Amino acid sequence: MILVLMIGILLVGGLTCWLVAQRYPLMGRLIALIAVIIAFLLPVGWYAQYASELTVTGNNWLIDYQVNWIPAFGISFHLAMDGLSFIMILLTFLLGMLSVLCSWNEVREKTGFYFFNLLWTLAGIAGVFVAMDLFLFYFFWEVMLVPMYFLIAIWGDFNRRYAAYKFFIFTQTGGLLMLLAILALYFIHAQQNGGQFTFDYFALLNTTFDNNVTARWIMLGFLIAFVIKLPMVPLHNWLPDAHSEAPTAGSLILAGLLLKTGAYGIIRFVLTLFPEASASIAWWAMLLGVVGIVYGALLAFAQTDLKRLIAYTSVSHMGFVLLGVFAFREIALQGVVMQLLTHGVSTGALFVLAGMLKERLHTRDINQMGGLWTAMPHMGALAMVFVMASLGLPFLGNFIAEFLILMGAFEVSPVLTIIASAGLVLSALYSLRIMQKVFQGQLQTVSEPPKDLSAREWIIMASLTATIIFLGLYPQPVLDTVQGFVAQLARSNL
Amino acid sequence: MNSLLAYIPALPLLGFIILSLFGRRSPKPVIAWVGAGTVCLAALITIAVGVAFMQSTPANGAYSQLLWSWFRVGALSVDINLRVDALTLVFIFIITFVGALIHIYSAFFMWHDRDMARFFASMNLFVCSMLLLVMADNLVLLYLGWEGVGLCSYLLIGFWYEVPSNSRAANKAFLITRIGDTALLIGLFLLFKELGTLNMNAIQQQAPQHFTTGSADIVLITVLLLVGGMGKSAQMPLQTWLPDAMAGPSPVSALIHAATMVTAGVYLIARMHGLFLLSPVTMAIVAIVGAVTLLVAGCSALAQTDIKRILAYSTISQIGYMFLALGVGAWSAAIFHFFTHAFFKALLFLAAGVVIEALHHEHNIFRMGGLRKRMPEVFITFLAGAAALSALPLVTAGFFSKDAILWYSWSSAGGTSVLWFMALVGAFITALYSTRLMLVVFWGEMRTPVHQQPDRGMVIPLIILAFFSITAGFIEWPHNMLHLSLFSDHVQQVLPATVMKRDLPSEWLFQAIATVITLTGVYIGYMLYYGKSGVRWQQSPPLAATRDFFFSGWKFDQLYNFLFVKPFLFLTRVNKSDVIDKLYNGIAQAGLRLNGWFSVSQNGSLRLYIVGVLAGILFIITLQLLL
Repeated sequence: MILVLMIGILLVGGLTCWLVAQRYPLMGRLIALIAVIIAFLLPVGWYAQYASELTVTGNNWLIDYQVNWIPAFGISFHLAMDGLSFIMILLTFLLGMLSVLCSWNEVREKTGFYFFNLLWTLAGIAGVFVAMDLFLFYFFWEVMLVPMYFLIAIWGDFNRRYAAYKFFIFTQTGGLLMLLAILALYFIHAQQNGGQFTFDYFALLNTTFDNNVTARWIMLGFLIAFVIKLPMVPLHNWLPDAHSEAPTAGSLILAGLLLKTGAYGIIRFVLTLFPEASASIAWWAMLLGVVGIVYGALLAFAQTDLKRLIAYTSVSHMGFVLLGVFAFREIALQGVVMQLLTHGVSTGALFVLAGMLKERLHTRDINQMGGLWTAMPHMGALAMVFVMASLGLPFLGNFIAEFLILMGAFEVSPVLTIIASAGLVLSALYSLRIMQKVFQGQLQTVSEPPKDLSAREWIIMASLTATIIFLGLYPQPVLDTVQGFVAQLARSNL
Repeated sequence: MNSLLAYIPALPLLGFIILSLFGRRSPKPVIAWVGAGTVCLAALITIAVGVAFMQSTPANGAYSQLLWSWFRVGALSVDINLRVDALTLVFIFIITFVGALIHIYSAFFMWHDRDMARFFASMNLFVCSMLLLVMADNLVLLYLGWEGVGLCSYLLIGFWYEVPSNSRAANKAFLITRIGDTALLIGLFLLFKELGTLNMNAIQQQAPQHFTTGSADIVLITVLLLVGGMGKSAQMPLQTWLPDAMAGPSPVSALIHAATMVTAGVYLIARMHGLFLLSPVTMAIVAIVGAVTLLVAGCSALAQTDIKRILAYSTISQIGYMFLALGVGAWSAAIFHFFTHAFFKALLFLAAGVVIEALHHEHNIFRMGGLRKRMPEVFITFLAGAAALSALPLVTAGFFSKDAILWYSWSSAGGTSVLWFMALVGAFITALYSTRLMLVVFWGEMRTPVHQQPDRGMVIPLIILAFFSITAGFIEWPHNMLHLSLFSDHVQQVLPATVMKRDLPSEWLFQAIATVITLTGVYIGYMLYYGKSGVRWQQSPPLAATRDFFFSGWKFDQLYNFLFVKPFLFLTRVNKSDVIDKLYNGIAQAGLRLNGWFSVSQNGSLRLYIVGVLAGILFIITLQLLL
């Protein structure tokens, strides 16, 4: 029930925002903020109560809520949460709160509709992480897509139309393939079980395929949808445009959450539904992951548009996810979950910083910046933290993630892992370039220097900083939470 | 004692946290007291721990304190666990004691800087990371410290970030060391794959059973660790960042780029000696890297004109000696040279900082001169440092440590006459450039007036360091002179004793040769640079070309620029707009084009439609007739 409440409050909150904000803009913002905070507190409070159960009883599924929806087609409204889902939900609402906060002053037109879209995207994302019925999953997959399209197309930057179209077409193509794959799986399962039609995830887990070719094609349908979202080179081209044109909160959600749905989908559905088929393409997937790491990093280094630069770093970092997932090792998979979490926080923070810079300087071109440390020492110091996080400095969470992924993948393929490790040098190249171009050098402003962080901005950045340091020094709670799911997955796929 | 260990790195960390949160609004005395005070307290605790250690060696030869479990996944379990044994004790003593002196000096040196709080915050974080590096009981925690010191080095080299060349130097240092760090990381992966643990004690114990001597795995692992060490310790061919790192403030050079961080590679190899002993090939490589580096860097030091760059190249060269010693298996000699070098090189950098400040930020030694009379305290202390650097026999600490390395580079089981000869030539060069530095800066006529005298607080650390530069060597004498070997007895609780060759010539002979060579170096330096003659002999074309070659650090920067930097920049610039995007744009364009073509057919002309219909009918009929 708690899961329904959590998603419902966002949907209702979004609608209320839309209605109220036309008269009272401030009320609209407050409602949005309160709705997300409640949605955040619901699972957290619940988890605090039942956390011990997870480690003691070994029962992965903490909540399981199922009611019939369209029984004739075997569609049910089935939400469930295990450790993995909980971690993803946590990230969703943490970044959700911050995305509301960071659009506080940035959005001036159609505020109500803006927050409606924001909350509905969040609801869709949260739904994706807990839906255990494939039809419902597909439904939420689309719910998060459409409002995001509006966020980019209406409140985006100069080239927003192009970016929004591109984003929509890429993800929709993937979505279509996934729909076909879901239907194929649905019919095959029914055939085997004497006409028992169901979209339920747990039922479909038992599907066996008589022939590997079918399994592989259906698996590819899912996989392509997910790797477009992830994104994997060469299907990444929607990302730099969408990330750089979206408003700050949009970039934050895109980089922090939407990419994670792709990774989540691979872990939750591709690996568990098609263990043999995914093992058979594992090496190729790892290879493409490594290609992504290197290729994304090279492109990131070349960019002069700050948001585009950060967008390409995501391509590089998500390559680690692909590498780790298809290594099928417990250590690597734990690293992948850490990477989802820490990349969400650190890259989200970089996008927020880029948004703050754009608000002050009205440009994203790093060649027109420089010396900003002098004017904004606090922002400079915080930027340093997240730049260091993105290059994988120990002390900060991203190191744990990348270390575990590489360590796990090394057992499987030393050569690919060594090439991936070269990505660590490349990440230092592009990360330090950000600091050098933006914050170091002579301050060059014609008018008065830009102001340092405001109180609202402090709250945003301080919570992100605290999170990333905590994850770096004491990641064990996260590892323990997903341990059950990951260990099972590694066992069954080995 | 166990429970005290955590305070040693925690105190500087506390300083870092206080200064980074409240530093900007704090008055300068508070910043100075917090910044220097925390490190001084850490030094006091270290000394207390050290005294207790000396009085009664703890069980298992080490104190240890478990703080918390960092992460545990499957078979991998990594703790934040501090461990202090005899080897670590030497390092933490140098880090906190020399570190405290440098912090006190910095409180005066940085007093007028706008960003004094940022400076001390970074310095404190550095001390904390460096302590974690040497106190770690597992390689992941060591790596945390390893990267932490890299970060602080980056922050402090680029401390005056408004000058673009400074931030370039900082980036260069970070990147080149990162290459080494990545090799080290891959080494860790391989070690874990082979042994299933990253705890250093467990590795040392299990390695001899698991690996056969000289097998491919162990060679690969040790080479990867070595590359990591070469990056941090600025050994060939990853040495090019250190001279540029002199862009940072002088105390930074003294602490990070002379006394502590750059010797992390030495620590790593000494700590992992159990692995290196299993791989004779790697040991030979370590020795050769050290020997080549000490010559190459020594030659470069001869040609520099910037006082700090001379010292930087000299540091590279001295660390080369340490690597040479490690490579021939003279473990305690390497650590002993680290010990004495930390005092005299920190002293030289700090004294150079005073000189540079006094002369309006003049770095060129040929625009200094005649400071002997004007700055007598600096002169005396600098003289002590330079004498120790050139290893003047019996009266300086440098002699005792360097003489041991020279002796072992021939006499130990891994030593050869070639290595010894290279080390000997290096000793000659060291004496030569030290003399040059001394004479040009402190003798001759005054070319730049002294505009301020150093504060008392800066001179006192110099005097203390000068004292140790002279006396620190007396705790370890050559065996033929005096049976006093406190230092090697201490570190050999952890490190193995050096294996010697049989039927060696007398050690006296080697000492006599080394002494003659050193004094010759000093004498030739005196001949060349006393008075004005130094300028004249450099004018002849072949000599000038050689000098330029040495001056540029053997053209390594140009070579790397050509081999790596330019191709990389070209590659990234060409593909800035992502070639894969062309594919998708192509699909979109093709769609538009097709749309254009088909639109033409739908033009409302009835005649054309009829023609189309007829053609279609005709086509179908023909097809049917044919089939």
